[in-house]
Formats: sequence, C-alpha cells, structure tokens
Amino acid sequence: MNQHSAAVEDLLSTHKEQVLAQWQEELRAVAGTGGLHTETRETEQLLDALLDGIRSSGGITDLEAAGWARLREQLTQLSASRAAQGSTAADTSRFVLALKKPLFSGLQRRLSTQPELMVGATWDVSTLLDAMAQLTVSAYQRSREDIIARQQEELLELSTPVVKLWGGVLAVPMIGTLDSGRTQLIMETLLQRIVETGSSLAIIDITGVPTVDTLVAQHLLKTVTAIRLMGADCIISGIRPQIAQTIVHLGIDLEGITTKATLADALAVALKRAGFAVTRTKAATAAADLSSLAG
Amino acid sequence: MQRIPILQMGRTLLVTIQVDLQDQTALALQDDLANRIQRAAATGVLIDISALEIVDSFIGRMLATISGIAKVLGATTVVVGMQPAVAITLVELGLSLDGVRTALNVERGIYLLRHLDEEQSHDLDES
Repeated sequence: MNQHSAAVEDLLSTHKEQVLAQWQEELRAVAGTGGLHTETRETEQLLDALLDGIRSSGGITDLEAAGWARLREQLTQLSASRAAQGSTAADTSRFVLALKKPLFSGLQRRLSTQPELMVGATWDVSTLLDAMAQLTVSAYQRSREDIIARQQEELLELSTPVVKLWGGVLAVPMIGTLDSGRTQLIMETLLQRIVETGSSLAIIDITGVPTVDTLVAQHLLKTVTAIRLMGADCIISGIRPQIAQTIVHLGIDLEGITTKATLADALAVALKRAGFAVTRTKAATAAADLSSLAG
Repeated sequence: MQRIPILQMGRTLLVTIQVDLQDQTALALQDDLANRIQRAAATGVLIDISALEIVDSFIGRMLATISGIAKVLGATTVVVGMQPAVAITLVELGLSLDGVRTALNVERGIYLLRHLDEEQSHDLDES
C-alpha cells in the first residue's frame, strides 16, 4: 500500500462517521428539495465497500483491479435501481461525485503539515471518484438499454397476433415492414399455433404491410413453404392494387400460392374448402342491410 | 445398427420415426421401405416425424428421396406431424420438399391417402 492510499485508508477508518455525515449534507445541498433521495444505508454501504477496496487492492487508482469487485457491484446495482426509478444519468453520477468534498477536506485537515502527500492523495481520490462516476453512468446507460431492448421485444410480440377465424382456420394480420427478424417470429408463432390448434388453413393478411419488395416476398414464400411442410395450407390475402403491380413488375413468382385481394375473400375460400356455405336467413331485411352498408 | 420398424396397415405402410436419425439408419430405412413397398404392393406410405426434433440437410433430402422412390414404385408418400422448428430448418436449408405431400397428423395423413386412393381408382374406372 503506498503512502497516498494509506492516508486515505487512515482517514476513512478513523473518521468514517464524519465523512459520512458530510457526504449526506453535501447530497442534501445538491439535491435541494427532493431529486437525490438517498438512504443512509446506501451511502454507508458504499463507503464500506470503498474502504474494503483500498484495503484489499492496496492502491486507489485502478478501479478495474480485482479488489474493487464489491464496490463495482454496488455501484452497478445503485445505477440500475436509479435507472428503473427514472432519475437521470447526471443525478446518478452526482451522487458519487458529492463524496469528493468530504474526502478532500478530510485529507486537508489531516495532512496540512505534509503538502506534497496531501496533493498526491487528493489527486488519487479525485481519479478514483471520477472512475466511479463513469462506472455509474455507463451502468446506468446499460440498464436503460436493457429496458429499451425489452420494450422492443414486447413491441415485436404485440405486432404479431395469431387469431382464430373459424374452426381450423387461423389468420395473421401483418402490420408494418417485414424484416427477417419479424418474419421469423411470425413464422414461429404461426407454426406453433397450427400445431396447437390442429388448423389446416392459415391466412396471412398483408393489408398492413406498406411495401412488398423481393426480400419481403422471399420471407413470405419461406413462411408459406414452412406451413406447407407442416401439412397445412396457406392463403395470402390483403394484396392492394399497387402491391399486385409491384409483384408483377418485380417478376416475383407466387406460383402455387393462393392469393386473394381481401381477408373476406380468403375466409370465403376457407369456408368453401371446409364444406361450409354461408346463407342469408332474413331475406326481407336484405335491402335495408345493403343500404346501411352503403351508408 | 438401429432399424426403424415399418408397420403395414392394408396397403398402407406406416413408419414412425421415434429417435434422432443417424445417416446410416436413414439409408437402411430407405432400403427397407423400397423392399416393403414392392413386397406389400403398397399404394401409400405414411412417415410420422412428430418425434423428430433435429434435422439436417441429409435427412431432409432423404425424405424427398423416399418419396421419389415410392412414387416410382407406385405409392404416394405423406409426411405427417412435422414440428415447427423442423419446418423452419428445412426452409432455411432451402429444402421445400416439393414432391412430398404433408399432413398435420397421422389421422389426416391416412384420410389424405384414402382420398387420393379413391381418386386414383376413380380415374382407373373411367379409363
């Protein structure tokens, strides 16, 4: 253990209560009214871990050293909980940086007779606290990124519902641009539902797909092939006029795949194949229905 | 070496693959099946792969080959019960098994075979 870290260790072990109190005070001062709400337990634990780190690693400049594992873990946890509570990255790092003043003034008081040692120790503490602040910020960012990734995943799942239209008929209304990740997910969910329900027909409705290029068409073809391999049939519906034109212009071969303009047409085909016939039972109200539909 | 049993139900042969197929086992199955189709004068072959969870391109091609062999010998092959993961793998491998008929489960497979059989005998009656 070098002189600098020995001085800091000495300060922390003999005047821990004082440093802690000053830190709390400092935090309250930066925070103003609310903002940086911290529990005494949190600061005390952090200080303990800091002392622990100095003692086990023997130096105070390299936060990546093995002896600092406990402190690193605590800082990461702290940032993660802050990120979850919604405080900003700046607040999180300010919490650590607020420790600077109590440590500096403590060192000043104790080492006033040895100016060189004081400057050296202060510099080391400053470096360490900066590294700690950086660690909290990057940990904060990481936990935020985790949250974003999880939400993206949820969004992905939300956008691909598989609905049962009739006994043995499933439908997937596809919404948004189809990339390989989404197609894969849709394929998996649809195939799984086909197995679960024993449905022999699946309708993929692409009304909500803004554009169809060769890549999207390839993804669709893959899905259709996989469905056929499982032993079920597939109809693609909701092909808008522009998309039909694009498909023909691009020379995409949809041979062997049943395509329909609307979901209703596809359902009609499905019912017909299953041997159902839809009939109107109230002939008298037909005209009224038609006019209400038109209006 | 392990051999996959082939069951006979009338003029339909039923093959249930319960284990992960080794290449050797697959080749033996291909051989056995060709012999059995001829001996039993089978018109339909039902291959149940619902227990199969892992496929590679070799097994995928084997399914297509078996179907081709059966067709030459005058029998229709229906592959039933393919798991979603298997179907996705085959598609990603670029094997669409175009000549192979598929069904969701054994029951529907048998129904399909019977249906095809009737159609064929109907065609024969007409000619």
